[in-house]
Amino acid sequence: MKLADLAQLLGAEFVTGAEYADREVTRAFAADLLSDVLAMVQEEGVLLITGMTTPQVVRVAEVMNMGAVLFVRGKYPTGATVEYAAGAGIPLLAASGDMYETCGVLYQAGLLPARRKGFRLDRPASPSRPPA
Amino acid sequence: MTGPQAPPALRLKRIYEVAPRDLERAGTVSTEVRRELLALGMSPEVVRRASVVCFEGEMNMVLYSEGGRIILLVKEDRVELLFSDRGPGIADVNLASQPGYSTAPDWARELGFGAGLGITNMEENSDLFKIRSRVGKGTVVRATILLGVPFF
Ligand SMILES: Nc1ncnc2c1ncn2[C@@H]1O[C@H](COP(=O)(O)OP(=O)(O)OP(=O)(O)O)[C@@H](O)[C@H]1O
Ligand SMILES: [Mg+2]
Repeated sequence: MKLADLAQLLGAEFVTGAEYADREVTRAFAADLLSDVLAMVQEEGVLLITGMTTPQVVRVAEVMNMGAVLFVRGKYPTGATVEYAAGAGIPLLAASGDMYETCGVLYQAGLLPARRKGFRLDRPASPSRPPA
Repeated sequence: MTGPQAPPALRLKRIYEVAPRDLERAGTVSTEVRRELLALGMSPEVVRRASVVCFEGEMNMVLYSEGGRIILLVKEDRVELLFSDRGPGIADVNLASQPGYSTAPDWARELGFGAGLGITNMEENSDLFKIRSRVGKGTVVRATILLGVPFF
C-alpha cells in the first residue's frame, strides 16, 4: 500500500515526508513499547503504528530502517522530532483514530502484520506474566 | 606484510560519549553508527543488526548507568561494539540477561522502555557477546558481528 493511499484511507496527514507519498509499505507493527519494536520486528520497511511521540521513536525507526511512522490518537511529535525525521528521511503521518481502529482499517485494506522472528523472547520465564 | 598471524586490519574506529539520563540525545550514537556503517558499504543486514545492538546498549547506558562511552571498531572480518560505563554495575548479570527481567523505573517505562528484552536482543543480534560487570565499578558489554557468517 502506498503511504498516500494509507493517508487517504485513514484521513491521516503527513507531518513530514510527503515527498515519500509513493513509498510502498506491505507490513506493519503496532506498539507503544519501543522495547518490543526493537526486539520483535525483524525485517525492514515496516510501518510503525504508535501513540508514542518521543525523539526515540524516530531513532528506533531509523536504526531499524522502517518505512514510515504513523502516530495514532491525534498524537503529534514536537518540532525537534519532526525536523530530525525530515533530515533522516523518515516519513511521519498522524491519524486521529485510536490504535485499534487504525489497525483494523489497515488490516482490512490488506496491510499484513510484520513477520516476527520466532526466538526465545516468545516464551520468557517472565516476572511480568501473572502467576497461574 | 600480512603474515598468517596478522590481526585483521582496522577499517574504522569511533569513540562516542554517552551521558546519563540525556533523553534528548539518547539514540543518536546508534544513528551515527548506522551512518558510518552505511558509508563503509556494509550489507543492510549487518547495518541493521549493529544499529539495533547499539541502540539497546546505548539506551541501557542512558537509563541505568552513570555514563560512559561506546567504541565502534570495524575490521576486515567483523564489526565490534564496546559499551563501557562508570557504574553502578550489575549485581547478577545472568538474572539481568533473562528476557522479562527489568528494573526500569516508571519514567523509563513511560517512554516505552523496560520490557526486559534489551540484553537478549543484543545477544540475539550478535555472533559473539560478553558482559562483564562489577558492582560499584561499572559494566562492559562487548558485542561482535562477524562478517560473512550466516545469520538466522
Ligand atoms: N549498563 C547498565 N548498568 C546497570 N544496569 C544495567 C545496565 N544495562 C542493563 N542493566 C540492568 O539489566 C536490566 C535488563 O536490561 P535489558 O536491556 O535486558 O532490559 P530493560 O532495559 O529493563 O528493558 P528493555 O531493554 O526491553 O527496554 C535492566 O533493567 C537493568 O536493571
Ligand atoms: Mg534495555
